[in-house]
Amino acid sequence: MSELYEKTAAELGELLRTKQVTSVEVTRSVLARIEATEARLHSFVTLTPELALEMATEADRRIAAGNIGPLTGIPIAIKDNMCAKGQRASCGSRILANFIAPYDATVVSRIGEAGMVILGMANMDEFAMGSSTETSHWGPTRNPWHLDMIPGGSSGGSAASVAAGEAVVSLGSDTGGSIRRPASFCSVTGIKPTYGSVSRYGLVAYASSLDQIGPIARDATDLALMLNLICGHDPMDSTSVPIEHPDFTTFLTKPIAGMTLGLPREFYSHLDDPDVSRVMTDARKVFEGLGVSFVELSLPHLDYGIAAYYIIAPSEASSNLARYDGVKYGHRAESFDGMIDMYCRTRAEGFGAEVKRRIMLGTYALSSGYYDAYYLKAAKIRTLITEDFKSAFQTCDAILCPVAPTPPFKIGEKIDDPIQMYLTDVFTIPVNMAGLPGMSIPGGFSTTGLPVGLQLIAPHFAESRLVQLASAFQAETDHHLKRPVL
Amino acid sequence: MEYEAVIGLEVHAQLLTDSKAFCSCTTRFGAEPNSNTCPICQGMPGTLPVLNRKALEYTVRMALACNCTINEISRFARKNYYYPDLPKNYQISQYELPVSEHGWVEIETAEGVRRIGLTRIHMEEDAGKLIHDEDRPVSYVDLNRTGVPLIEIVSEPEIRTPEEAAEYLRSLRAILVYLDVCDGNMQEGSFRCDANVSLRPVGQKTLGVKTEVKNMNSFRNVQRALQYEIDRQTEALRNGERIVQDTRLFDPATGMTASMRSKEQAHDYRYFPDPDLLPLRVDPELVERLGRDLPELPAEKKRRFVEQFGIPPYDAAVLTASRELAAYFERTLELFPKPKTVSNWIMTELMRQLKGEESGLASCAVQPDQLAALLKLIDEGTISGKIAKTVFEEMCATGGDPSEIINQKGLVQISDSEELSALVRKVLEDNRGEVEKYLAGKDKIFGFFVGQVMKATKGKANPQLVNDLLVQELKARSKP
Repeated sequence: MSELYEKTAAELGELLRTKQVTSVEVTRSVLARIEATEARLHSFVTLTPELALEMATEADRRIAAGNIGPLTGIPIAIKDNMCAKGQRASCGSRILANFIAPYDATVVSRIGEAGMVILGMANMDEFAMGSSTETSHWGPTRNPWHLDMIPGGSSGGSAASVAAGEAVVSLGSDTGGSIRRPASFCSVTGIKPTYGSVSRYGLVAYASSLDQIGPIARDATDLALMLNLICGHDPMDSTSVPIEHPDFTTFLTKPIAGMTLGLPREFYSHLDDPDVSRVMTDARKVFEGLGVSFVELSLPHLDYGIAAYYIIAPSEASSNLARYDGVKYGHRAESFDGMIDMYCRTRAEGFGAEVKRRIMLGTYALSSGYYDAYYLKAAKIRTLITEDFKSAFQTCDAILCPVAPTPPFKIGEKIDDPIQMYLTDVFTIPVNMAGLPGMSIPGGFSTTGLPVGLQLIAPHFAESRLVQLASAFQAETDHHLKRPVL
Repeated sequence: MEYEAVIGLEVHAQLLTDSKAFCSCTTRFGAEPNSNTCPICQGMPGTLPVLNRKALEYTVRMALACNCTINEISRFARKNYYYPDLPKNYQISQYELPVSEHGWVEIETAEGVRRIGLTRIHMEEDAGKLIHDEDRPVSYVDLNRTGVPLIEIVSEPEIRTPEEAAEYLRSLRAILVYLDVCDGNMQEGSFRCDANVSLRPVGQKTLGVKTEVKNMNSFRNVQRALQYEIDRQTEALRNGERIVQDTRLFDPATGMTASMRSKEQAHDYRYFPDPDLLPLRVDPELVERLGRDLPELPAEKKRRFVEQFGIPPYDAAVLTASRELAAYFERTLELFPKPKTVSNWIMTELMRQLKGEESGLASCAVQPDQLAALLKLIDEGTISGKIAKTVFEEMCATGGDPSEIINQKGLVQISDSEELSALVRKVLEDNRGEVEKYLAGKDKIFGFFVGQVMKATKGKANPQLVNDLLVQELKARSKP
């Protein structure tokens, strides 16, 4: 019998419900796994084992009282950019290295109400700016499949922990691919829900119009359970959409025969990695076998996606990150000469190179005289990309494409070449630009044994269709069942 | 060369909502520093703004009262600048698409009523306050005011004189106070004003270089600052100098303005639409309802007072300065329907008691029914107007009923002609010399006789009767 930490949330839920295990036992198993592997992986910025055991004890009390939900007692890792009252939320940054959140993010409240067990805060690129988790002030997270490789980012800790058995499920956030890319690189299942599906209240903002919280899990079933928990309207978030979400688990067993998947030419013409190409071809065959048909289509403005993203996201970031000034909380320079100098030194010391680069980009793009040429033009491109997807979905139910152009790369390989790093996001960014739901599911491995994910994109609020497709795919394949040897 | 001033005003008015613009903290004034705050208005990481719908309603009411167009869709924008009283280091405001535009208010000028155009009225949030330590180089931040809803009212550059500017501010303030959307308190900063001033040769259409003047915390200081700035610019232009575009601070102590920052040093606010707030849609039905529910506004009320009650425009302007005062006037009139008398009493005696603070009206001991009762007593001849003033003061001090005060103090007017005739005769006997002079043609001495009678009766004599009797008695003494 496999260890408890290797099981999915659904499996553990069944064991908990039937009183074959306790949450404390599950949590101890996961904590032991963390003990064994964390020194090599570095998935977490902050670990709170005592708190986790307290929460597990409380969960067991709930279960004993018959008050069990589908995720009660399940250990979860939370990305370091979400606020949990009394916990540090550093966002992978020195500037918030001592910041203790004074309130709960809406997702954290929901996790608490469900009786889940919070293990700690998962490592991430500083302020979610990065594609590899290398920009974290706390040092990089390593890919559980190959310790020399990056796990993808920015939610690298969230994906690595789930892949390695250091957490059963996790929460990440995705602004330009930050859930899907690490999910792909770590061979786990992750979804960025439709913009507005999950409350952003308590998610420390990087680019507010693109940020979205989503779950990472080992399969579609666990993902559906997590979506059931976190999707829903929140009056504390004005951009949260007041719609009724379905019970996502009801889509797990629905057949997908008759569905049409779109294959955007622009995505595939960019593909020159043989491993990724093979995985995509294999995936097509699996879907074909399930009765899915394919249609080639065009998303003509896709090529402008990265350029536009690197105007909009840094612009919003330059404003969102202005509050880290040393006045109220977080890092403050020790010596300074007057107020302006305090601001300058605090921010110079507190932010890393990538964050500074994006703050400067955004500040420039919003400057008087440049606004129309940059921000406004980027906003127009964003509208065009959204329109492209809209017309694409007239001919297909979802889009199938790669998550990233390559399998995971080496730590240090691209960190000094921001443009190469940015290009990693070419397939994920357009999804954020259009606010669509996008999922990454394990699609196979490169010839050297590195994970390659595939991406499914659906129309707004059609997360359920992604769950349906992923579940059907996983019923036919075993990529998602493979675990890294650590 | 003759120059004319072109003045545009930007007014910030704090809205009287119970809670802040984007969180549920109370807006109550005077609490312990930082006690009326929460993670949202403290600018904690991860927090998000949610618009207070009441603040929107107040804004729309003001916009409608100022004849503005309400934009069905408007946007909040971020105004980015660093200052410790602004915890997010950006202010949520409106920029490209304000909630309302293209309005006007009426002002009284020497040439009659004039309309001043409004460019826009938009919503924004207030900043906190810095408190500087007097002994050490340390400043403290109080965020209680952070996030309190404000509206910014921007006028067209159509104001020509400091007096017009003050008149414009009075008009705006009166409307705000009428609507109960702002308390209009300039000293406490709930009604603030910045001015843009430029000069141009009379007849020229294009605008000259402008300066922005800040820190004027009373109507009088607005006038002083503008006059100073106009004089300064006039002199500079006459000397052939060029006006430098800058932001200037008014110093109430010296009455002068001094440059605070030049155009080059001006902030680049890097406005962009706030991604945390969706485009704001104002339901046309809401606009219609709020429009229907608007109270009678100061200008309308003033016109009606002149037409309906026949009082002079000046009286009407004073009486309609606040809704409470106007209501007081109308209520008194219902009980004592002589408009000019009531107006005079309110404008002189009542206002003196209130020391110009209309806010004291509610707690004033003399309410309309008592004032009307007092005026009736004068009208009926029970007391003289002069005695009535003493009675009024007593009423204000004790809250007593006028008849009771008159009885208690024995102030009832002497209208008994026999009693008064005797007194008149005695006065004339005692002052023969003066009578001689009067009869010789020195008419002015008549007032002296009246005064003597009044003195003898401690002011209680019916003045009309005293007059009549004196005329009669003096006539009898004149040589045939």
